[in-house]
Amino acid sequence: MSQAMLRVEGVGKSFPGVRALDGVDFDLRPGEVHVLVGENGAGKSTLIKMLSGAHQPDEGSILVDGAPTRITSASEAQRLGIATIYQEFNLVPELSVAENLMLGRPPRRWGLVDRKRMRREAEELLDRVGLDLDPARRTSTLGIAQMQLVEIAKALALDARVLIMDEPTAVLTTGEVDRLFALVDRLRDRGVGIVFITHHLEEIPRIGDRVTVMRDGRVVGGAPATAPEEELITMMVGRSISQQYPREAAEAGEPLLQVEGLTRAGAFEDVSFEVRAGEVVGVAGLVGAGRTEVARALFGADRYDSGRVLVRGRPLPAGDVHAAMESGLGLVPEDRKSQGLVLDADIAENLGIVTLGHGARAGFVNRKGRRDAADRVAGQLGVKMSGLGQRVRTLSGGNQQKVVIGKWLLAESSVLILDEPTRGIDVGAKVEIYQLINALTESGHAILMISSDLPEILGMSDRVLVMSRGRLAGELPAAEATQDSVMTLAVSGMEEAHV
Amino acid sequence: MSEATLVGAAKRPSKITAWAAENGAVIGLIVLVAVLAVMSEDFLNPTNLLNVGVQAAVIAILALGATFVIVTAGIDLSVGSVAALSAIVLGVMSAEFGLPWPLALLMALATGIVCGLASAGLIAYGKLPPFIATLAMLGIARGLALVVSDGSPIAMPDAIASLGGNIGAYLPIPLLIMLGMGALAAVILSRTYSGRAMYAIGGNEEAARLSGIRVTRQKFVAYALSGGFAAVGGIVLASRLASAQPQAGTGYELDAIAAVVIGGASLSGGKGTAFGTLIGAFILAVLRNGLNLLSVSAFWQQVVIGVVIILAVLLDTLRRKASV
Ligand SMILES: Nc1ncnc2c1ncn2[C@@H]1O[C@H](COP(=O)(O)OP(=O)(O)OP(=O)(O)O)[C@@H](O)[C@H]1O
Ligand SMILES: [Mg+2]
Repeated sequence: MSQAMLRVEGVGKSFPGVRALDGVDFDLRPGEVHVLVGENGAGKSTLIKMLSGAHQPDEGSILVDGAPTRITSASEAQRLGIATIYQEFNLVPELSVAENLMLGRPPRRWGLVDRKRMRREAEELLDRVGLDLDPARRTSTLGIAQMQLVEIAKALALDARVLIMDEPTAVLTTGEVDRLFALVDRLRDRGVGIVFITHHLEEIPRIGDRVTVMRDGRVVGGAPATAPEEELITMMVGRSISQQYPREAAEAGEPLLQVEGLTRAGAFEDVSFEVRAGEVVGVAGLVGAGRTEVARALFGADRYDSGRVLVRGRPLPAGDVHAAMESGLGLVPEDRKSQGLVLDADIAENLGIVTLGHGARAGFVNRKGRRDAADRVAGQLGVKMSGLGQRVRTLSGGNQQKVVIGKWLLAESSVLILDEPTRGIDVGAKVEIYQLINALTESGHAILMISSDLPEILGMSDRVLVMSRGRLAGELPAAEATQDSVMTLAVSGMEEAHV
Repeated sequence: MSEATLVGAAKRPSKITAWAAENGAVIGLIVLVAVLAVMSEDFLNPTNLLNVGVQAAVIAILALGATFVIVTAGIDLSVGSVAALSAIVLGVMSAEFGLPWPLALLMALATGIVCGLASAGLIAYGKLPPFIATLAMLGIARGLALVVSDGSPIAMPDAIASLGGNIGAYLPIPLLIMLGMGALAAVILSRTYSGRAMYAIGGNEEAARLSGIRVTRQKFVAYALSGGFAAVGGIVLASRLASAQPQAGTGYELDAIAAVVIGGASLSGGKGTAFGTLIGAFILAVLRNGLNLLSVSAFWQQVVIGVVIILAVLLDTLRRKASV
């Protein structure tokens, strides 16, 4: 077996109140895909940040090609041939996609940025990841899956010999994942070493060579990528999970949310559907199908050109989030970092932001009530934290996601729209969230769930809406919804569009 | 969470160091006072200390108002001018129109609030950046103060002028007003819906909006509070001078913003406290006073104050880096 190109020995790292890594050993050989799994907050991201130069270990050593090395900065890591795709995106929203792809090293001619070449190279990079968009587009206008693909393309541009990917598939749909895996396979054949973090365990046998499982800052085991999922789950969470999608369908009641002919030019057209009390309605579709756009528009976050939104039969004013909330809508947005969280505020503050006015008297917030509520929901979701006063920025990705969900759970909205709700959440915590969804629908609430994770859609929905190219391509009852039937509808609009 | 991941108490920073890290400005003030106490024998003289307090009061009140706006990631450059305009309105209403002083006082407060609302309107509906909107308001309010007063000072009604004095020998009323406004600001920021919403807006406006907070409305509240506090500051200033002067408070907006920043707020929003702002205002006042006592020239004083602002923000940045 070839020698490890990258080796980590006995690495430890502490943050205030948390031992994030403790005596971790890890290695990476050329031409392999080494998958890293573990619960939220297990220390996966912290470990790879040691390799990318974002953090330095408190103790232990890192060896590159057998030589002890201190990786003190991102540029140092780049020099060593290590490229990293972080879990949280690092794109400059105000810059164009092309500028982001070549951030810090734009092609130059006579000292000036060579715009033509930049555009050409950007187009090539985007093509490699299968992202069809204008490189001149402002990055802030992209959806989350598109941003993820831009991040991947950006790392590919470095032509590194070690590629670290922290949950690159969390928001990608089947098509993009397939393409990404094909790319990874080609890199592996060229001898690139790849560290791959994921919570989608079904991806492991497809892409991985071997797996390392982390828990509470330690490595608790290793296995070949062909190891059965149950075995990995038991290692990760310390118990087995009998049912990944424990949906208990409730009796569907009166329609709570009705959307009639919602249209916004260039984004979505004539979208009509309803969601009844007690239902979980899944929304499937490819990236760019307009699912998020519809959700945001009906919630009042963005405008629409025509159509109506009714909650419990009463029309909702357009473009007014507050009114939507008052009437009983809630939205867990797709991008927690830019839309969901106040990163520099603490967990309690973030959990209480939607319900700030609950129990308030004469404008004074109910401090004790807020704290108790935050405490309760953090416990329900199993947020791994040093305390409610921890800044959200320092939580692990999955735990940040739990906070976004938690703040909306507290709102007790009658219709809760979830956009990629389990992005980055581990298998164990997912089941907890599904159980909370069950409890909500049991008590007459309704859920509209957008997800790129098709098994999740199929496993949890009572009805599946499929969008394609901004239109509602069809609707399938749970019994008829399969991978194939959904995908057929998802690409249906494409063919029409080409006619 | 599991116990195993918790680090033992020994490794955790003690409460005192944690507090010191959060309140660098307080430490700065204590050090400053200690140094001046050693270097100048007049400094600790009660009369001098009270003098410092009174000097700090006006800036502190303006700065407290600016804190609301800065917490929302905005800026208010108009507080000095609005303070002057409000005081002039008070003077004109009572001296020229013969209104009873409580009514005139209310009109002065209303003037400040209206100025704040106007700035907020320009920002929310005119989509002007806060810097530009309040820069315009700085000019407009100052100009109006000059127009209304015809450029000359206006006497304050006696009741108002007496606010500039003391209760007994040692209790300056401006200082009491400042403390009252400080408490008010602290309560608004930490206990009320609007206050908490301001932090959320400053921390991440989009997240706040998507969480159902009426961002525009809360910005109006913040700028109105800033205007209202500026009016109070202007009245306190006029009471000390016993007259409203159209040129009073020129340049105070920069001291106010400096006080807020020294007190630990961030101009990018989401951060800052009333207590910190008070400390910041005191640091500025103590520094000025100390430099005067040490006969440092007014020219050098400006340099020193500039350096202090840099140090305050630098320390804050370093501290934040260390905690990430
Ligand atoms: N800067 C920081 N300050 C304090 N604690 C931190 C910091 N960064 C990480 N942590 C803590 O370290 C632990 C490990 O976090 P890490 O991000 O490595 O988890 P993870 O395995 O990547 O989880 P996820 O699957 O949710 O992404 C968490 O408890 C987290 O709160
Ligand atoms: Mg992570």
